[in-house]
Amino acid sequence: MKYVGKSVTRVDGIKKVTGDLKYVDDLKMPGMLYAAVKRSPYPHAKIININIEEAIKLPGVKVVTTGKDFPKRVGLYLADKTFMAVDKVRYRGEAVAAVAAETKEIAEEAISLIKVDYEELPIVSNVLDAIKEDAPLIHPNLGEYKHAPIFHTLPGTNISEHFKLRKGDVELAFEQADFILESEFYVPHIQHCPIENHSAIAQFDREGRLTVWASCQSPYAVRAALADAFKIPSHKLRVISPSVGGGFGAKAGTTLEGIIIPLAMKTKGRPVKLTYSREDEFNNSYVRQAMYATFKTGVMKDGKIVALKSNFIWDGGAYTEYGVNIAKSAGFAAAGPYDVENIHCDSYAVYTNNPVGGPYRGFGMSEIHFGIEQNMDIISEKLKIDPIEIRKLNAHKPGGRTATNALVDDACGLIDCINKVINDIEYHKPSQQPKEDYKVRAKGFACGMKAPSMPNNAASSAIIRINEDGSAYLSVSAQDIGQGSDTALTQIAAEILTIPPENISINTGDTAHNPYEWQTVASRITYSAGNAIIKACEDIKEQLFHLASIKLGIFPRDLQLEEGFVRSSIYPNKRIPIKDLALGLSMEDGSAVHGPLIGRGTFIPENIRNFDMDTGLADNPVVFWTYGCYGVEIEIDTQTGNIKVLKVASCFDVGKAINPDLVKAQCEGAIVQGIGSAIFEEIIMQNGRFMNPSFMDYKIPTANDIPEMLVSYVENRQKDGPFGARGMAEPAMIPAAPAIASAFYNATGIRVKELPLTPERVVKALKNHKILNKK
Amino acid sequence: MKHEIYFTLNHEKILHEVKANKTLLQMLREDFDLTGAKEGCGQGECGACTVLLNGKPINSCLVLAVEVDGKEITTIEGLSEGINLDELQKSFITNGALQCGYCTPGMIMTAKGFLNANPTPTLEEIKVAISGNLCRCTGYKRIIEAIIEVAEENQSKD
Repeated sequence: MKYVGKSVTRVDGIKKVTGDLKYVDDLKMPGMLYAAVKRSPYPHAKIININIEEAIKLPGVKVVTTGKDFPKRVGLYLADKTFMAVDKVRYRGEAVAAVAAETKEIAEEAISLIKVDYEELPIVSNVLDAIKEDAPLIHPNLGEYKHAPIFHTLPGTNISEHFKLRKGDVELAFEQADFILESEFYVPHIQHCPIENHSAIAQFDREGRLTVWASCQSPYAVRAALADAFKIPSHKLRVISPSVGGGFGAKAGTTLEGIIIPLAMKTKGRPVKLTYSREDEFNNSYVRQAMYATFKTGVMKDGKIVALKSNFIWDGGAYTEYGVNIAKSAGFAAAGPYDVENIHCDSYAVYTNNPVGGPYRGFGMSEIHFGIEQNMDIISEKLKIDPIEIRKLNAHKPGGRTATNALVDDACGLIDCINKVINDIEYHKPSQQPKEDYKVRAKGFACGMKAPSMPNNAASSAIIRINEDGSAYLSVSAQDIGQGSDTALTQIAAEILTIPPENISINTGDTAHNPYEWQTVASRITYSAGNAIIKACEDIKEQLFHLASIKLGIFPRDLQLEEGFVRSSIYPNKRIPIKDLALGLSMEDGSAVHGPLIGRGTFIPENIRNFDMDTGLADNPVVFWTYGCYGVEIEIDTQTGNIKVLKVASCFDVGKAINPDLVKAQCEGAIVQGIGSAIFEEIIMQNGRFMNPSFMDYKIPTANDIPEMLVSYVENRQKDGPFGARGMAEPAMIPAAPAIASAFYNATGIRVKELPLTPERVVKALKNHKILNKK
Repeated sequence: MKHEIYFTLNHEKILHEVKANKTLLQMLREDFDLTGAKEGCGQGECGACTVLLNGKPINSCLVLAVEVDGKEITTIEGLSEGINLDELQKSFITNGALQCGYCTPGMIMTAKGFLNANPTPTLEEIKVAISGNLCRCTGYKRIIEAIIEVAEENQSKD
């Protein structure tokens, strides 16, 4: 292959290194107004009255809105939220009113003039309290909320989703097991922290057409949500995402768009802009949900796991429109990448008065694997079986079964990945210890897996237009949020059309001009949009071959594309350039046929079927599983509690690397983001208050914190993937935290039950355990 | 209250009136439409707003516009002309040292100012130099490699 499988240079480099690329907050429009938002100081309170009189009188203020203007409940999977609070607030910082004014300063002054009377309600700040019978209800009307049929809400409680997995007979298996082990783990709230904060602009024209510019991952999903919420026909609602300064899930749904649209309705055509500050971003965009996990595992003497009973309790925060699906996805992967015959798993999405949980790179998998993988280490130690061997013994292998009892297909290369990483990190060779006696080093290991969590009918489409000079436009609505999809998708088109990538321009991010894409999430774009592009290219090919066949007098079946030409596969000198057919075929008598070449491709995964609502079992519930693992080496400074991650080896089965450099770049970014989640990052909540909403108090990794990275991949072809590719960018982060926790245990003998491993936690833990495993 | 300031912006002499409470970042973005410098935090913690002040990288969100009176400011827009990119910009592209691109202008300006002062740095010095510029996408490895490549070219020029 000429372009696929090659590390083609990113197509978006120049505009990004020059500052030419405009992000939403860089856009300035004639007559633009600026919005500001009044937010609740209470985590849970009834709104008694909102007085906007003083605010509206302030010179320069154009509009003031409150939640009552649009009380309709909306949400991707569960319609439980309004864009601004209507009757009560459910987390501290929830929007209660908004202003559009001539300047940002005036808008902010107006906000301070809005007076809101609240009646405080008892708060639920701990998810374990939230599931108690007498817990105050955060959504008393849960039973009335619309939701996708695959979810199971429990009205009258704070539980908005209860996913049940029931496979085999777990109690009987426990009776027969040689050992039974129990463990529990906690993962705190963290945040995505894209460097670009959320920003959006909304503008109505006099015919009621709405244009929204938003830093969003999924323009079509945003269009669908807004069209539904504001009753605007789809053809009159245009969503433009000019570029996205980092997503990681934070920009997957709708957040601030719904606040500015009601304002823009009343500004007589003037656009309204709202850009979050970093503090707003922390408080009011999504967070990764906190989660409690418990495991009870039945194991035979030889290390085979025969039974697993697990509970996942997700702190979904005030609204769980997205969080319900994370809880469900966790249940699908209840045993991680291990083949266990008897599983009993309950996964709950739970309302609390904490910030709103949402999708975060890994979609629940990083959280559950923190426990699953340490549980494997616990079993390994108890049975005195090497941690790698016990994983290999239980690992998903072709012909095995997933937690939902689906067949593990031939493309599962977990064992290949394990072998590679063990070798790269020299897992069985003890760490060389530093000369300082207060420092200790050790290695750790963890596996991980993930499937795209999406509706069964999540679709993609692509349009290719051939220009008269033989170059091409490729239109999709897959968003390049940094992962490099513009480049990889261009490569796929280049490969089939035999048009070099530099002669293809990719257009994305505008629902008025680019065809449908469900969402840029779930590590599904290369797979799904890639497949749509292949079909669009095949469509072009068919048209080209039809025309060339007339021109050359050769059957279409004997034609092929090569270097921008259609040529006979039998007579190589019989050929015609693609450009000569781009606008149709002109005949010798001057007449012409066909017209411009436009290729159309659509893709929807086939045979992805619903699971059984009572048991959670399904023979084909997801498009694919991506497997992989990490080996790490860390150094702990026992005096300061600082952990330095020295080295990380990772390997994932990517099916086929369309662009090897981009695949590796995703792995590197994932490693460092994963390190952040393991040793730095934690949202500190106190009685519903987010205590550290700044980069001063919420640290993410810097260049100083990065390890040596040995990144590799294996390629067991995805049967329905483009050129065999499957998604990998989210899976690449999953094993980070458990691998580091495993190394911490190997160094200190202390099992970490709670993240992150901050210096404070490390020093506290070491105080009680004096013995270091320093060999 | 407005102040008159006289300074050099991307090699051009500028006379400008600016409010006392406006930051350099706000002035660049709002008054001059130079949007390459971004606001990521507004507190000097993320480095996305980095520009050069008299050749040194600074967080433009922490500097008041009036402070640049008599000084020289270079933003990412002033680093190159047309398609003739600066060595660092080229190196960032060829090394794949960018993903979403939001931190990239600030990162390049920090690297530029750093290499001005220290043309042949060690790896550790590079890491420290860019540790005030947050990037959530790349894991920094390729950014460091891009800077090393330019530093090595500097070394071979010596």
